[in-house]
Amino acid sequence: MSRERSLKRVTLVKNIIGYLFLIILAIFFLFPLVYMVTTSLNPNEMDIVKKMGSIESFIPTNVSLKNYIGDPDAENPDKTENQGVVGRMPFGRFMFNSVFIVSTTILVGLVVNSMLAFGLARFSFKGRGFLVSVVIALMIIPIEAIAIPLLWVTNSLGWLDSYQVQIIPFMAKPFYVYLFYQFFIQFPKALEDAALIDGANWWQIYWRVALPLSKPIISTVAILHFLMQWGLFLWPLMVTRGPTYRPLTVAMQQFFGQYPREWGDIMAFASMMTIPVLILFIVLQGQFVNSVKTSGIK
Amino acid sequence: MPATLSKKRRRALLIFILPGLILLGVFMILPFFLSFGLSFTDQRLISRLPTRFVGFRNYVRLFDDDLFLTSLKNNFVFAGVVVPVQTFLALCMALIVNQKLKGVKFFRTSYFMPTVTAMVVVSVVWSFLYNPDGLINKFFEVITFGNWETVDFLNNPKWAFPCIMFMSIWQGAGFQMLIFLAGLQEIPENLYEAATIDGATTFQKFWNITLPQLKNTTTFVLIATTILALRVFSQVKVMTEGGPRNSTYTVVLHLYNEGFMNQKVGYASAMTVIFFLIVLGLSLAQRWILSEEREV
Repeated sequence: MSRERSLKRVTLVKNIIGYLFLIILAIFFLFPLVYMVTTSLNPNEMDIVKKMGSIESFIPTNVSLKNYIGDPDAENPDKTENQGVVGRMPFGRFMFNSVFIVSTTILVGLVVNSMLAFGLARFSFKGRGFLVSVVIALMIIPIEAIAIPLLWVTNSLGWLDSYQVQIIPFMAKPFYVYLFYQFFIQFPKALEDAALIDGANWWQIYWRVALPLSKPIISTVAILHFLMQWGLFLWPLMVTRGPTYRPLTVAMQQFFGQYPREWGDIMAFASMMTIPVLILFIVLQGQFVNSVKTSGIK
Repeated sequence: MPATLSKKRRRALLIFILPGLILLGVFMILPFFLSFGLSFTDQRLISRLPTRFVGFRNYVRLFDDDLFLTSLKNNFVFAGVVVPVQTFLALCMALIVNQKLKGVKFFRTSYFMPTVTAMVVVSVVWSFLYNPDGLINKFFEVITFGNWETVDFLNNPKWAFPCIMFMSIWQGAGFQMLIFLAGLQEIPENLYEAATIDGATTFQKFWNITLPQLKNTTTFVLIATTILALRVFSQVKVMTEGGPRNSTYTVVLHLYNEGFMNQKVGYASAMTVIFFLIVLGLSLAQRWILSEEREV
C-alpha cells in the first residue's frame, strides 16, 4: 500500500517537473510574439518607448487599432503617425502581392512537380535513371548558390520587377519532385494497366487515380513550399524596385529601415503579416508536424 | 516492358516531364553552370562593355578580399555556436514534449510558432527587444541585481553577433524539435520495456537506447543546421547590415553586396562557386555518414 502511494507521489513530482519545463519553454518561445502584438495595440508611441523595458508592455492598458487603421478622430488625421499602417503605405497591395505570389507558386508547383514525378515513376524509358539522379543531385543546391547568375538570367529576359520573376523560378523544386516520386513508385503496376484497358488515358490516370491517392504528399509539399516561399527575402529584395510587385518581407524591412522608427506601426505591420500565418499553422498543426517529419528523410 | 515506347506513350511521357524539366533546366541547372562560367569573366549586371575572360582572377581576388575572409570566418563561428546549441536544445525539447502529459500538444504548437514566423519579422521584433531600453537589458539588470551596464546590443561589435545567433536559435529550434520527435517515435517501445525489466535507470535508457537510436536523425539535424548557418542573410541584412565593424558580415550578405549592389556578377559568381563547394562537401559528408550507418 505505502509503496503504491510513494510510486504515485514520484509520478506526481515527475509530472510537476515536466509541466514546469513545458511552461518555461512556452514562455521563452512565445514572449516575443506576445510582445509584438501587445505593442502593436498601444496607440501611444511615447508610452511604448517608456514601457519597452518593463513587464507592463505585455499588458495593453489602452487597446486601440490606431497603429493598424489610423485614427480618424485625431487632430491631424493626415499626419503620418495618425494614419496607421494601412493609411501610410499600400499595405493591402503588399499583402495581395505576397498571397498571390505564394499561392500561384504553390498551386502551379504542385502540378508541375507531381507531373514530373509521375512521368519518372510510372513510365519506363531510356535515361529514366539518369533523370532521377539529376533530380536528387539538384536537391542540395540552395537558392543562394544560384541567386546571382539567376539574377543575370532573369535580367536578360527583361523580367525584373514583375510577378513572374518571383513565381516561375520557384515552381519546380527537386525535393518536392522527389517526395511525389517516392510515393508514385509504390503504386502497383496493375492499377494503371487496369485503367488503360478500361480505355483511360495517362492524363486521366494521373488526375483521377494518382493525385486523389496522394493527398498526404500534396499537403506536405504545399506546407513546406509555403513556409519557404512566404519568408523569401533575398530574392525579392534583388528583383523588385517599387511597391507594385513588392512582397511583405521586403516591405517590412524597408518600413523598419525608415527613421524615426515608430514601433507601434512597425509592430502592427509585423502582426498583420504574422497572425494569419500563425492561425493557419495552429489549425493545420497535425499536417505541419507530418510535413516536418517528411523533410527529415532527405 | 517494351524497350521502345509507342508513339502515344512517348507523347504522354513528354507532356508529363517536360514542364518540370524545362523549369529545372532554365532556373536551376542553367544558373548553376553559369555561375562556374561567369566566375571566369568580368561580367557585370548591366554593362555596355564586352565581357572578357579573366581566368582565375576572381578567385585570386576573393582570397585577398578581407571582407570575404571575415564573412567566411563569421559563418563558421555562427555554425560553430548555433549548430551544437540549437541541436541540443531541440533534442531536450523533443524529449520533454514526448512525455505522456495532458496538453502536451498545446506546448508543442507554441514551440514551433517562431519557425513559421518569417525571419524578417523575427529580426524586427528582436531588434526591439535588444534595444538599449528594451526587455533584454532589463532582464539582465534584474538577474544581476542591478549590476548591469546597459548595452546597445546590436551596435556593439562584441554583442551583435551573439545576439543574432541567440535569436536564430530561438527561431529554428522548434523545427529541429519536430524532426527529433519523429525520430523518438520511431524507436521501438519494446527496447525500453526490456530495459525496464532489466532494471535500467531512466538515464541508462536514454544513454544506451535513445541516443544510439537517434544517430541518423542527429546527423541529419547537425548537417542541415550547418548548411542553414552558411546561408544566413535575412537577420544580418535587417538588423545590422553586417556591422558594427563587420562583426556580423556573412558570405551571403557579401554575395548580395557584390553581385547586386555593386553589380559585379563575375566576382559574385566566383563566391557562389566557393559557397556551393562548401555546401556540397557538407551534403556529401552527410550522405557518407548515413550510408555508413546503414551498412553496419
